[in-house]
Amino acid sequence: MKERKKFLDINPKIWGPIFSLVVIIVIMGIIDPGFIQIEFKDGRLYGSLIDILVRATPTAIIALGMAVVIGTKGIDLSVGSVVAICGAVAAVLIVETQLPFFMVVIVSVLVGGGIGFLNGIMVSFIGIQPIIATLILMVSGRGIAQLVTGGRAVSFDSTAMDIIGSGALLAIPVRLWIMTALVLCTVLLLRKTALGLFLESVGANAKASRLLGIEARMLKVIAYIFSGMCAAVAGMILIADVSTAEINRLGLWLELDAILAVVLAGASLNGGRIYLGLTIIGALIIQTLTTIIFSSGVPVEYNLIVKACIILAVLLIQSETTKNYVSQLRTKSLENRHAE
Amino acid sequence: MGVLEPVVDVQPLLEIKNISKGFAGVQALNKVSFSIAPGEIHALLGENGAGKSTFIKVLTGVYTRDSGKILFDGQDFHATSSGHAQTQGVSTVYQEVNLIPTMTVTENLTLLQQPKRFGLISPKRAKQRALEMLERVGLNIDPSKQLDSYSIAVQQLVAIARAIGTKAKLLILDEPTASLDAKEVLRLFELMRQLKSQGISIIFVTHFLDQVYEITDRITVLRNGSFIGTYATKKLPQAELIHAMVGKSLDELTSGSNRETSDSADDVLRIQNFGKQRFLKPVDLSIAKGEIVGLAGMLGSGRSELCEIIFGAQAVDQGSMEIAQNAVHIKSPKQAIDHGLGYCPEDRKIDGIIAELSVRENMILALQAKRGWLKPIPMTEQKAMVESMIERLSIKTPNLNKPIGELSGGNQQKVILARWLLTQPTLLLLDEPTRGIDIGAHHDIIAIMKELCEQGMSLLVASSELEELVIFAHRVVVMKDRKKVMELTGSDISQKSIVNAIAQ
Repeated sequence: MKERKKFLDINPKIWGPIFSLVVIIVIMGIIDPGFIQIEFKDGRLYGSLIDILVRATPTAIIALGMAVVIGTKGIDLSVGSVVAICGAVAAVLIVETQLPFFMVVIVSVLVGGGIGFLNGIMVSFIGIQPIIATLILMVSGRGIAQLVTGGRAVSFDSTAMDIIGSGALLAIPVRLWIMTALVLCTVLLLRKTALGLFLESVGANAKASRLLGIEARMLKVIAYIFSGMCAAVAGMILIADVSTAEINRLGLWLELDAILAVVLAGASLNGGRIYLGLTIIGALIIQTLTTIIFSSGVPVEYNLIVKACIILAVLLIQSETTKNYVSQLRTKSLENRHAE
Repeated sequence: MGVLEPVVDVQPLLEIKNISKGFAGVQALNKVSFSIAPGEIHALLGENGAGKSTFIKVLTGVYTRDSGKILFDGQDFHATSSGHAQTQGVSTVYQEVNLIPTMTVTENLTLLQQPKRFGLISPKRAKQRALEMLERVGLNIDPSKQLDSYSIAVQQLVAIARAIGTKAKLLILDEPTASLDAKEVLRLFELMRQLKSQGISIIFVTHFLDQVYEITDRITVLRNGSFIGTYATKKLPQAELIHAMVGKSLDELTSGSNRETSDSADDVLRIQNFGKQRFLKPVDLSIAKGEIVGLAGMLGSGRSELCEIIFGAQAVDQGSMEIAQNAVHIKSPKQAIDHGLGYCPEDRKIDGIIAELSVRENMILALQAKRGWLKPIPMTEQKAMVESMIERLSIKTPNLNKPIGELSGGNQQKVILARWLLTQPTLLLLDEPTRGIDIGAHHDIIAIMKELCEQGMSLLVASSELEELVIFAHRVVVMKDRKKVMELTGSDISQKSIVNAIAQ
């Protein structure tokens, strides 16, 4: 009993996003039982749920970096463009050079990290507002990616990319392994060292953190570098999907989905707490909605509107105001019952 | 239990009946009942964590009460928000001035009820109304100037003007005098008497007992969320009041003053000609091992500034510094901490606590920062450290994972103190360690300070409360106009000598 109480004390917040996701899936399962069916075919799993996981991977990985940046009271609007740049770099390297695949990966991730470093320097050392600093690259980044590819869509033929795009290991798509590994590494890095605590401390109160000996500036740069690297990985997964880097659409608006995933996880844009696992859940909620709407036969022009309405509903369900309102209603009804 | 004494035989303006409010695991208010007569100034007293703030929030509808009844003007009173409470005639002015500093005084005063002409704001009439409101509180200032161009005291009066401007019958003043100097306090009292004569009742929350005796008619004391009693101020000696508040007598609180002079050979800190342009004039100071040096002076005298430059929060541009006989150049708090210093800043809420983080995290942060991020303190070790500190400093918190922002001020201060004790500093800088803290926690913190110095730690304590400095300091440095003006030792230390030094 005592143990259980302790468990609830630690994280009462985690139930909101999980509850929302389960509700959406259960409702869909009732409407269309095929939705929750999972099949085993040709050595891998198939089904709507698996499809959602697969499609959510890029957003989830970007959201992971975004969660860390938002935890430091920042924001990274450039991730969509970083996806485009890193996707372009990877595609061009595969087509134009003989570099081994792991070198392609390393170079792309370094490019992403380098862009994150620039963002971090602008925010932390030059003192530009995060939203403005990263807006610069959000706008110019897609142009840079055009320069990298020479303005055309770059198609490639690479076994390694095919494996990332559609391969499976132990019946589970490869990219899910990549995401799981990334999440685990991030959790280890943030929670098994004091890095996560320092980032949260700086995000929640930078001045007090300085006065107790935490130098915020390098920490913030690290957060943006991490976000850039995550975007690079997401970029490679996205081009692997179609074996083409099409700059105009690659990673477009992904920064908004990533921010939304972080917010759905219950994080505050004012910095402070970082919720890594819940951010993944947030990304899954977004992708589940997208998949449902696309497969439901709602006319295309309504897709985004329906998605926006459902997300608004999810945010309302999770908001403090709603919780307070519900608990007030409950007390009132109890009082009424007592009065009777 | 106290004696309930109605001051006058009229219907009370406010009647509180058996109000209770609990938060997960903590009963913040337990069946509190008292009443307030029209035109009465009523002190609400108690330690931090006694339930004063909770009570105000329940009364003004910020929190919903669990049970109990409130009658206001004979009517059932159920505020749903502080704005709603205000329209019903209950206005609150909080310790932290609740106005918008970058707006003009007029805009601040008329924000909620803009005088309009053809649907547009009429600046002329807005100014007119602002002037009327200011006149009621006897404030003669230019309302078209930006609010933050005036002192905190004036801002406080503007806040009161706004509060009573809306036909308030009951005004709640929560620690209004905490950041005012003596003259400004007199001005506030004058205003309070004036409002009283207009029939407005006032609930006055404060930690300054002298002020309670100067201005209030009756006193209600809360302790640990429970109602202790309501007393007529004139019939309650101060010693009994303190007893009601903490359950300890005044003798216990002030006894055991320690006045040995230490050997100056083992100075932990020596600064010479240490200062910064337009910040602090050069200061010479040395602190010996196990010594408590008090820093006295008025607000803005340079007390806090001295702490800040010693700790490296502000860069110095002249002078030298030695720590344990070694010359050092400290450029950041991190370096100061590495040299064995610790610092509890004056503004606990902004510079001290990290409100969203838990008690545990707040407590271990400084030690963790000292060790670096690659060497995390294992969780079991953290818990053991934090639990022993909670016990040693008797910190009241339901559990280790409670966000520190939800604790009372006194407990927050103890957590910050514990944060530094874990780093085992040789010299601890405490800026107003007892500000905004009730007598009980006050007493605890002074006892802890003495214990630390007996264990060989040195302390530099800035405080505006002279009686407190006199009790524990071995030496008192008096600051004035950003300059050190006097150093008092041994039997020369008294409130009178300090006041004389400041007044010179």
